Amino acid sequence: MKLPFEHIQAAHCENGVTTSLLRSIGIARITEPLAFGIGSGLFFTYIPLLKVNNGPAFAFRTMPGLIFKRTCVALNVPVHREKFRSREKAQQVLDASLDAGHVVGCQVGVFYLPYFPKEYRFHFNAHNIIIYGREADRYLISDPVMEMPTSLSTYELERVRFARGVLAPRGQLYYPEKAGTVTDEQIARGIKKGVIRNIRDMLHIPGPIAGVSGIRYTGGKIKRWRDKLGVKTAGLWLAQMVRMQEEIGTGGGGFRYMYAAFLQQAQAFHPDETLTRISETFTRSGDLWRDAAVQAAGIYKGRIGSQDDFNRMGDYLLEIAELEKQAFQALSKIKWK
Amino acid sequence: MKKEDIPQDTGAFGKITPEVQYATDAAGNYSTGLSKGWEVKNSANDAAWQDIEERVRMAKERVLKKEVSPLLYFMELKLMDIKVLAGYTGFWGWQVRRHMRPSVFKKLSDRRLRRYADVFEVQVDDLKNMIPG
Repeated sequence: MKLPFEHIQAAHCENGVTTSLLRSIGIARITEPLAFGIGSGLFFTYIPLLKVNNGPAFAFRTMPGLIFKRTCVALNVPVHREKFRSREKAQQVLDASLDAGHVVGCQVGVFYLPYFPKEYRFHFNAHNIIIYGREADRYLISDPVMEMPTSLSTYELERVRFARGVLAPRGQLYYPEKAGTVTDEQIARGIKKGVIRNIRDMLHIPGPIAGVSGIRYTGGKIKRWRDKLGVKTAGLWLAQMVRMQEEIGTGGGGFRYMYAAFLQQAQAFHPDETLTRISETFTRSGDLWRDAAVQAAGIYKGRIGSQDDFNRMGDYLLEIAELEKQAFQALSKIKWK
Repeated sequence: MKKEDIPQDTGAFGKITPEVQYATDAAGNYSTGLSKGWEVKNSANDAAWQDIEERVRMAKERVLKKEVSPLLYFMELKLMDIKVLAGYTGFWGWQVRRHMRPSVFKKLSDRRLRRYADVFEVQVDDLKNMIPG
């Protein structure tokens, strides 16, 4: 069986799953940037005590699952979400959901995901895919970061649904229940709420490690990495930051562009010239994140590596922190209808 | 970023699928474009893999010197840490750490070794002799 479904490639897996699942229940107006903005997707945090792949842990986006959840809440779409202890039960519920006509989202780990290139298969468990049918022993898969739909055997799907480690998916599946039509007013309210929540996340979380202050904190830390860790390890840590920033599904520079795109699209619902200006600030921030990545690449490729180079690296993040602080402060002055 | 500046440096991902990126047109409006990859990102990934190879090599040396059991070698080979390995095998973290000791590893039952071997996708004999699958 194959449910009516059109595969759409997206820049990021969770946004992509959100837009495609909403389309599957007839809500076609939520683009990827709108979902990202309504879900308050932009974020930054550096957790110094947590280690991932023997390096530092960064996040450039909000917690997995929240973008989908918040967008559905904003549009008044009820969501079915389930985690499992038993693998048999997980498959039964998946089959039953498909038979009932639901296109289903699934959280999976990428380490055993066969269609991913080996070079990108780390123990990263917050990837999202869509299952839209079943033919013989294979499930039909739409992975939003891939150009084409693909498929997984029952065994392969079970293995990625029950990946282990940080953020283990535990078979988690979710889908939106049928909902009524979505009004302009609902979207407008969702945008307002999403922006205000994002201002809170970036400007007002106490402590030094989250939001704009997290970027500033990281900038300061990087300047000391060379002395503390040695050039080689410090370079690896920077490479890890760039990978978190730019890798499939977690991108940082890319997320800033996406937020800029969101603010442009938001104008259809909140005509306000200042949104254009603020959108441009996020574009500049995205450009700066990329410049910072180029600087980092110089260090981890061993082309440069003096303390001056690390200082410049840290300064990039301080500059970005200031820019994003201004952008969110400007957003907080917007008079919403 | 402008559309025409979207990087096209084919990397491991680009060989399989292009990636979507948001970029601006001449009028400054955002839409999507496709990227085959970016050299900066490709080299960050290369750096991570060089580090993994280095860790595997060091683990192998330590196993040969009988400082640790072959579990460490396979754990590094599969990019795991204690927590991930404990998750996949169903052992507790402290048990895995204990099994890393050669003296403890030697006494493990075949049934327990099998649990490790399955996760590492090798045979039990290969697990003992550090032969990758």
